[in-house]
Amino acid sequence: MLTLQEIMETITMVQEEHLDIRTITLGISLRDCADTNPRAACQKIYDKITRLAGNLVPVGEEIAREFGIPIVNKRISVTPISLVAESSRTDNFLLFAETLDRAAAEVGVNFIGGFSALVHKGITRGDQKLLDSIPSALDITERVCASVNVATTKAGINMDAVALMGRIIKDIAQRTADRDGLGCAKLVVFANVPEDNPFMAGAFHGIGEPESVINVGVSGPGVVKRAVERVKGSDFGTLAETVKTSAFKITRMGELVGRTAAARLDVPFGIVDISLAPTPAIGDSVAEILEAMGLERCGTHGTTAALALLNDAVKKGGAMASSYVGGLSGAFIPVSEDAGMIRAVEEGALHLDKLEAMTCVCSVGLDMIAVPGDTPAETISAIIADEMAIGMINQKTTAVRIIPAPGKQVGDSVEFGGLLGRAPVMPVHRFSSANFVGRGGRIPAPIHSLSN
Amino acid sequence: MKYLENDENRGKRIIITVIGPDRVGIIAGVTGILAANNFNILDISQTIMQEFLVMVLIVDSENSRLDLSMLKDRLAAKGAELDVRIDAQHEDAFKFMHRL
Repeated sequence: MLTLQEIMETITMVQEEHLDIRTITLGISLRDCADTNPRAACQKIYDKITRLAGNLVPVGEEIAREFGIPIVNKRISVTPISLVAESSRTDNFLLFAETLDRAAAEVGVNFIGGFSALVHKGITRGDQKLLDSIPSALDITERVCASVNVATTKAGINMDAVALMGRIIKDIAQRTADRDGLGCAKLVVFANVPEDNPFMAGAFHGIGEPESVINVGVSGPGVVKRAVERVKGSDFGTLAETVKTSAFKITRMGELVGRTAAARLDVPFGIVDISLAPTPAIGDSVAEILEAMGLERCGTHGTTAALALLNDAVKKGGAMASSYVGGLSGAFIPVSEDAGMIRAVEEGALHLDKLEAMTCVCSVGLDMIAVPGDTPAETISAIIADEMAIGMINQKTTAVRIIPAPGKQVGDSVEFGGLLGRAPVMPVHRFSSANFVGRGGRIPAPIHSLSN
Repeated sequence: MKYLENDENRGKRIIITVIGPDRVGIIAGVTGILAANNFNILDISQTIMQEFLVMVLIVDSENSRLDLSMLKDRLAAKGAELDVRIDAQHEDAFKFMHRL
């Protein structure tokens, strides 16, 4: 029997603890849109997206009202454009990016993901054209997000691609210098990228996915933080149990919203991504959960252990609550999007090296990190290589979303606004990695990839 | 809240919550809107939490022509008038979170 307390608990979660559904993301296969004529291909892409996603935003808003839970973002992910555009007779995929941007604007979504390539073993001609088009695409378009998978546990790390990504990221930063390098916030470099991730900027519609699908990303750091605060001083078993219970409740809302949205849009329900996704709002912070566990500041000794407990308990609670779990599923630690992370960096408690350690025990990686604008491309590539190695060896998804903030130094910060937030510029190591990154070729897959 | 366990009207029930300082006319204001639009009240309970009146109504929307969205608007307007917060949500939002 539902009690008054249970009803009030749900209301409090939404009204005071920032519980929301972070995103419902409609995945759309564009594999049937390929055409040797790029304009014909783009017309097919535009028509298909606007036809399938036309109702996404109204349906999302309707569900949010009925259940009384905010659905912050309605978004679209598509088949990696490197695959869709590869057979088109053109050297530049910018037209495809512009088409995605136009389609996204038409249906009213704020981001569309899938200007992507999978190059963990090597780069095809289509991949190369897409990679070459990324800087101008992220400069010119507003809503298009790009991602590049450069490593997997099975294939190893494509260091040629890693080296290239360092240069691409620098190029994007220069082109979008008037916006503090905003373009870089729309590009994710992955290891072991999931094919059903609903979260931007890394979402795309994988090749094993159906024609179209609804994936849901939940949020709710505020709910977990309040729950953790209520068990102050208790032992770790109680702490883990408390996080599990909260994660279960959060995820149930995601499951409900996902199933309802899928039914109303008449597409299959894919997965709930049981991630804890912070926002810049005070109280909606993953760092603050770690601090509520007993750390004076996020980033101090003990942070990795606290995050490991949090991440595992979120998965255990979330897995019970949803019939299909997928995507990234873990706690996110983006710096610019988390008020607690920003404070920890500004007070000198949290450094890049500690963040890297933290990514070993959570999803996803070095996310929304601003570094000095004069950071060499090779250093950015080396930062990516380290993160890819963590993903490859630990058989998990890792990612890098880094902004070499044009003209900015340590002590400055970059302001992106909205959910992307504000990033203090973090110092990087001053010793060169250029001769390492410059070797070229692939880092072989680890021994435990031989699992057959 | 026993009506939530009765599955006959599943999918038609709406949970209305009223939160705010107690004052004369809250129940009359809310039930007036419900009666005028043919919502059947299945259960009302109320308590005081941290000095605020918390009232929860479970209503059956089976015979009403007003959809949930419009009901929310009317209740919100009445809430503004009475200086309390009134919201209406589909019961699944609560059942899904607290029950398997």
